[in-house]
Amino acid sequence: MTAGSSEPAVPQRGAAGSAGSGHGIDAAETAVTTSGLAKRFRGGQLAVAGIDLLVPHGSVYGFLGPNGSGKTTTIRMLLGLVSPTAGSHTLLGRPMPAGAAQVLPRVGALVEGPAFHPYLSGRANLARLDAADRTADPATAGRRIEVALDRVGLTAAAKKRYRAYSLGMRQRLGIAAALLQPRDLLVLDEPTNGLDPQGTREVRTLVQELASDGVTVLISSHLLSEVEQICTHVGVMHVGKLVAQGTLDQLRRSQQPRVAVETTAPAAAARALTELGLAPGPIEGRHVTAALGEAEPEKVLAALVHAGIPVRQFTVDAAGLEDVFVALTGEGFDVSG
Amino acid sequence: MSAAEMSAVATAPAVRRPPVVSSRFLRSELGMVFRRRRNLAILAVLASIPIVIAIAIKVTAPPNDGTDGPPFLFSITGNGIFVALTALTVVLPLFMPLAVAVVSGESVAGEASLGTLRYLLVVPVSRTRLLAVKYAGALAYCLAAAFVVAVVGTLMGALLFPIGPVTLLSGTQVSYGAGLVRLLLVALYIAAMMAGLAAIGLFVSTLTESAIAAMATTAVLAVLSQVLNQVPQLDWLAPWLFSHYWLDYGDLLRDPIATGAITKGLAATAAYVLIFGSLAWSRITTKDVSS
Repeated sequence: MTAGSSEPAVPQRGAAGSAGSGHGIDAAETAVTTSGLAKRFRGGQLAVAGIDLLVPHGSVYGFLGPNGSGKTTTIRMLLGLVSPTAGSHTLLGRPMPAGAAQVLPRVGALVEGPAFHPYLSGRANLARLDAADRTADPATAGRRIEVALDRVGLTAAAKKRYRAYSLGMRQRLGIAAALLQPRDLLVLDEPTNGLDPQGTREVRTLVQELASDGVTVLISSHLLSEVEQICTHVGVMHVGKLVAQGTLDQLRRSQQPRVAVETTAPAAAARALTELGLAPGPIEGRHVTAALGEAEPEKVLAALVHAGIPVRQFTVDAAGLEDVFVALTGEGFDVSG
Repeated sequence: MSAAEMSAVATAPAVRRPPVVSSRFLRSELGMVFRRRRNLAILAVLASIPIVIAIAIKVTAPPNDGTDGPPFLFSITGNGIFVALTALTVVLPLFMPLAVAVVSGESVAGEASLGTLRYLLVVPVSRTRLLAVKYAGALAYCLAAAFVVAVVGTLMGALLFPIGPVTLLSGTQVSYGAGLVRLLLVALYIAAMMAGLAAIGLFVSTLTESAIAAMATTAVLAVLSQVLNQVPQLDWLAPWLFSHYWLDYGDLLRDPIATGAITKGLAATAAYVLIFGSLAWSRITTKDVSS
């Protein structure tokens, strides 16, 4: 998004096909772009319905959507594991999959959970992956592996067999594998799955550290709270479509703020709000809420008081991402799409 | 060094350049194959065959008066080198193909079922290179299987029986050393025959995400090929079966070596490797990795 631009609301239903424009992200510096990327599985199921992702260089991009909305299939296509049935994409400025050999060494990835050889130790598993990397310097392998293990707090368990790892330790080892080399882009698919709150916090800190080093991070999640705290940009998937994309602020602004009135006369308050041109929602106990629209909250409050409504509390709530998502996906966020 | 070259060096970007040839991944793969306990256990079972044969014959064989018993028993009691040859003959129809089916069947399917395949591919390992390294690992195991039996057999033979000049199938006698060279050729030939089966196993392994299914399918194909080879009504088919030439290693024990069947056997195996290697390649380079 260019500075000073006041381009409004990003969310758009049926974003498929609206290439480039309207996303509110400047395409000049992008770590990931896709154009009409689509995947129809052999069974005929359309998992991804032509999406135009724009992940700006240096951003932390939250890739959100309910389970089953096509996030993982998209990530698999980005990394060249699954070939798209339509569309194209670039990673770090190079077309994929042609540029895979040049680009992928600069990309660290955690795809659909960690996967390692159960009878090898954590360290041996990392050594195996490092050995497979033709661009990796064998002379520094040992040190890089130790640093990666240390970074995710696995040094003490490095000698244990992967089989004996807890879910959280496995997840950490997966992240360590993504950090074996200096990366320009990290693709982390549900990185906090199975982690306890402490581990989740650690991952969040780690992602922020990496981002401040200039690494672009694409982080997918079905958990809103996880993403809201660390992301600069957000894309929302719903049933295979990218229904919204933009900076966090743009998304928030796309939903109108709401006023909430607590009063002992809620019915009268609702009437007063209606007279002001607002559309109050159903009354819940002593609370009435309404989307603010173009109205100024100060004037709304003055009008309420003037109408003799006994106002106990009057608040203006900026829309939370939760509201944005419910509005976009039309359902609770954790429900499969 | 010219100025142009100097500046090229000075401004060379700090990109990690891959070496043209690197054996790290291959060495890692060999480590995976040969450090895996199950694979070592299979080699141990193969090694036990010549041991069992040698001890059983040592304990039960009557004095060598040449009156009864199957001929190979006399060969063994007469010369220890025949322990190795007998053991190779015993393991060839079933034990050896099973061993090769396990390792080759697991090659790609094993990584797919663990999910490690996707992580290798995003390292990135090109799919062609992955296939080549996996096949190299299976080949090394074919060689190891044949040589474990040959070496243990030779040692057991030397330990429990007399050694000396070897009478070949054609009746000629050669020195013990020349006999060992013939044994080496036999082991190599058998390993080469197994390489054909390993290529089939590799292809099967690219078709499924279940390592067990790939192993079982490969083993069944090995047995099926041998059964079909035995059916007289299918004589026309026999020369096309990959197991048809397996037992022709006997020609290496003639003087001079009868090359007819051996050459055909090697050519047939090369054809199988080429065909199933290509099928495996076309499969792995186009498949969606969704495991």
